[in-house]
Amino acid sequence: MNRSDAGYNGGKLLLDAAGVAERVESLARYVGTEFDAAPDRLAIVGIQTRGAHLARRVARFLKTKTQTDVPVGILDITLYRDDVHAIADQPEVKETVLPFDLENRTIVLVDDVLFTGRTVRSAMNAIIDYGRPECIRLAVLIDRGHRELPVGADFVGLTIKTTPHDVVDVNLMEIDGEDSVRLRQLLEA
Amino acid sequence: MRLRHKDLLGLAELNAEEIELILRTAAPFKELFTRSIKKVPTLRGKSVAMLFYEPSTRTRTSFELAATRLSADVLSLSVSSSSVQKGESLIDTARNLEAMKVDFIVLRHSVSGAAESLAKSARAHVVNAGDGNHEHPTQGLLDLFTIQERKKKIQGLEVAIIGDIVHSRVARSNVWGLTKLGAHVRLCGPATLVPSEMRTAFGADVEVTYNIKEALEGADVAYVLRLQLERQQENLFPSLREYHDFYGLDAKKLGWAKKDCIVMHPGPMNRGVEIDSAVADGPQSVILDQVTNGIAVRMAVMYLLAGSPESPGSKTFGSASKENRGIAKKPL
Repeated sequence: MNRSDAGYNGGKLLLDAAGVAERVESLARYVGTEFDAAPDRLAIVGIQTRGAHLARRVARFLKTKTQTDVPVGILDITLYRDDVHAIADQPEVKETVLPFDLENRTIVLVDDVLFTGRTVRSAMNAIIDYGRPECIRLAVLIDRGHRELPVGADFVGLTIKTTPHDVVDVNLMEIDGEDSVRLRQLLEA
Repeated sequence: MRLRHKDLLGLAELNAEEIELILRTAAPFKELFTRSIKKVPTLRGKSVAMLFYEPSTRTRTSFELAATRLSADVLSLSVSSSSVQKGESLIDTARNLEAMKVDFIVLRHSVSGAAESLAKSARAHVVNAGDGNHEHPTQGLLDLFTIQERKKKIQGLEVAIIGDIVHSRVARSNVWGLTKLGAHVRLCGPATLVPSEMRTAFGADVEVTYNIKEALEGADVAYVLRLQLERQQENLFPSLREYHDFYGLDAKKLGWAKKDCIVMHPGPMNRGVEIDSAVADGPQSVILDQVTNGIAVRMAVMYLLAGSPESPGSKTFGSASKENRGIAKKPL
């Protein structure tokens, strides 16, 4: 189910536009500590689709603070998923653009929601196929718990309590027309 | 969106949206080729049987690379070393492959419709790699991808297809694909190789001409077909030299087309017969791009078929997949 499906009730508002801006900024400040540690090494990689937009926002924030253009890449993990044949709606493969050499970089992976950890696992495998970074950090706007893999975020915008059946929607102006985070319960189909 | 077909048999039965989905999916696969590690784990554990009843180097190699880069295992059966020569039927061979739990069968066969009859009896995904003079859908798709890559669109283009149309599965797949995406096609060749029924066989967007100048004037794409040299013995054209004079694409004839007209050929070329080296190796040629793009398109096709609802062993229907339990796919 996605946002355009009938029956989407919007859910409970967890963050409004101001709240999203505040959390993105705090995430960007965390990422800034990596910049301070090694300005030339840092690159930000957003996971398609919303992570990519968040990565650009983080880079914009760093630019205003440091007057430096931190390289930004986008990563599509579809081909690295462990469930390509099992999921009911096969995802479309989107582009991956990593316009920099990954060797010896500090890569900060950015995604909107950290849930099972499987996306992050896929993303790490994908990145390592492109090169050998010095280290990979993880920055997420929302950590909603319920990990299925031993994965943890280095930087978190907001941690929330959910049940495994809840759906967390991060809406971003760039594609969803508003900045918000909502929590909704899916009815059993 | 997803491809709702178990098999890829031809472009005639795909609609424009499905063709566009395949082309769109091929682009990120092509991007993988720029990496040092060109392989993704997507089809890990799947096996692909290559069943070729006709000789082919290019198509077979391209499919093998495509499958390998998706991490599938490839099993190649060549005509001379398999039980084909012992008279085992196509269907029996396919049943045996299935008993070995093969997930994909890539079939090339000299009989039109062979892929379709195999697809009906096999649970595995069947990809038609050329059946008689019926279709060669992955060739058509890679040609569409190459045209779109260069011209940024298909809609409204003028495409001249020159040569032995009547025996060409490549021409048929291209005509279906091009017209579905809104291009206008001119079929051109000697009357013995372009029968007049072709005027009506594909609809209003396809015209037939026996004059190559007419075919090329204003063309965005000049698509040259391989001339099967043995057709001469069938008296379908008088001599290679005469064929070359009338229909061989050389620099002078190409000058009649648009300045930015691209030159395509499905390979392997008879240089100096249907195409001159000056044109085949010239700046307007995209023939080697076709070869590179072929791998990306075949990867896209196998990826999309693997996710189709009728997949063998698919868990999409009636099982308690995550989706059905009400856990959304994003985040994963």
